Amino acid sequence: MLASIGKLNRHQEKMAYVFITPTLLLFAIFTVIPVVMALYLSFTNYDVLSRMDWVALDNYQRLFKDGLYWTTFKNVIFYSIIFVPLNILLSLGMAMLMNFKRFGIRLFRTMNYLPTLTSAVAAATVWIWLLHPEFGLVNNMLGWFGITGPAWLAQTETAMPSIIMVTLWQSIGSNMVIYIAGLQGVPDYLYESAKLDGASAFARFRYITWPQLRPTTFLISTMAIIGALQLFDQAFVLTQGGPGNVTKTPVYLIYQQGFKQLQMGYASAQAFVLAIAILIFSLINMRINKAEEPVV
Amino acid sequence: MDTTMEPNAGTGRLSRPPGVVFGKIAATALFYIVAILIAVAMFLPFFWSLITSFKPSDEIFSVPLRWLPSHFTLEHYIKAFTTVSFGLYFKNSVILAVAGVIANLFFGSLAGYAFAKLRFRGNMPIFRTLLAAMMIPGIVTMIPSFYVLRHLPLLGGNDLFGSGGMGLLNSFWGIILPGASGTFAVFFMRQFFLTLPSDMMEVARIEGCSEFRIFWNIYLPLTKPALATLSIFTFQAGWNSFLWPMIVLNDPAKATIQMGLQAFSYNNQTDYGPMMAGALIAILPILLLFLLLQKYFVQGIAFSGIKG
Repeated sequence: MLASIGKLNRHQEKMAYVFITPTLLLFAIFTVIPVVMALYLSFTNYDVLSRMDWVALDNYQRLFKDGLYWTTFKNVIFYSIIFVPLNILLSLGMAMLMNFKRFGIRLFRTMNYLPTLTSAVAAATVWIWLLHPEFGLVNNMLGWFGITGPAWLAQTETAMPSIIMVTLWQSIGSNMVIYIAGLQGVPDYLYESAKLDGASAFARFRYITWPQLRPTTFLISTMAIIGALQLFDQAFVLTQGGPGNVTKTPVYLIYQQGFKQLQMGYASAQAFVLAIAILIFSLINMRINKAEEPVV
Repeated sequence: MDTTMEPNAGTGRLSRPPGVVFGKIAATALFYIVAILIAVAMFLPFFWSLITSFKPSDEIFSVPLRWLPSHFTLEHYIKAFTTVSFGLYFKNSVILAVAGVIANLFFGSLAGYAFAKLRFRGNMPIFRTLLAAMMIPGIVTMIPSFYVLRHLPLLGGNDLFGSGGMGLLNSFWGIILPGASGTFAVFFMRQFFLTLPSDMMEVARIEGCSEFRIFWNIYLPLTKPALATLSIFTFQAGWNSFLWPMIVLNDPAKATIQMGLQAFSYNNQTDYGPMMAGALIAILPILLLFLLLQKYFVQGIAFSGIKG
């Protein structure tokens, strides 16, 4: 009896390995090997065409003197510092509004969610037209109030704010839905007892809603930071990195350096430094979230 | 579910003083004004591109702007399909997205089932490793993945040591394989299988049912809602992806719809009519999927929020 149970378990174990083999194989080929190689390639002069040689720290030395690379870094950090907090603020505000049970609420939620369905390329394409300096909807509507709108995508001061606006439009809908799920998980009795104690609406938000949503905010901010620092699609379609490189991002530069100029060794070093930056910003975000001690 | 967010819901007085009633009406009015303003702002870009795509060419550039065209025309849609091979790009994107869905549903549920229901050594460590790897930013693996695709042994003209040919570059497999068993799919399916009882499995085993048939005939049919949600998200990700297909596919005949769309905005004498028509066609499949399967969408996003 015991022997046959052991046999059954062994058979089960064998089948389990068979079931996970395709996943693990793909994981090994397309995640494990590339991650190991990522660091290695950054110490070589790999350029697809000629022989790959070990160049030690040459790529990193070149990188630290590369003004354009640090410009792209500055651009994307500027983008992130504005985009991430605004994203949280707007999606949470929208979620609190959309959490009311009112007639037509489902329609409102659907409308707010629609932009997140679009691809970054299609959304950016639509916005190229909306932001057209003469015939675009945005400048025409500004004209109603007597404001002459700028050439949004062609001027250095407005190019990055335009990208921030477009990416916000496209991303707050899905974060709204995550926040609504979070809001519905906050126990009712907390609000009820706070009201009995005479807490104001702001106090209820500050001491109940915000701390209770901490895990949700942590998730959303982490995803937003990782995505923001790897901004590419919108910068590529809306402005092609211009004008004067003000919207060029590190991923854009890595794409150009690696796949257009085929300097893959150097591009790997750029990618590695960007990954370290993403790690650092994620850790800072984690610390900020930890520092906000739960009140309840 | 949660009525406490309603103003005055907790006070529960039978006869309210007029000030409270007025406050309630004002709050409702304020709610609708703000909600409508936001919804209009979010929807306006769609509306405007839709209107533009149906306008005759000379009315697209009119000052002051026209909200409605004098007559609806399909010329921009026809032009989008004739000047650029938009039909071909559409087909390529459908193939890639559908292949991605099928692969992820099968491999994701197979592995997810094993992690959730079968006992084997290394179950948790392996699963945790997969999860941890999800945090690696895509940019790290981009260049080396290209290298790996190019040097896969015995494929695309390569010899046993992975040199000589182009590997899986410029092939649909180069898009499908790297994402064929996404960790999100495995994780998502595992969480769903965990909610199903294990006693059906025991009974089936006593009856002499094979492990694969237990998975395929008994458990998999119970996960239909999860499979629906997963297919929507996988389809959306595949359909909308841009950078990786642009890197792997060089042949214009293999371009995806996102790559084709981007071609519209590249030339300086942009033709906005066909460009808007193209953008809307690129959005349409996801939009239809969403309208048909809305409840699965919402479940999926709520799930991705809970996992945090």
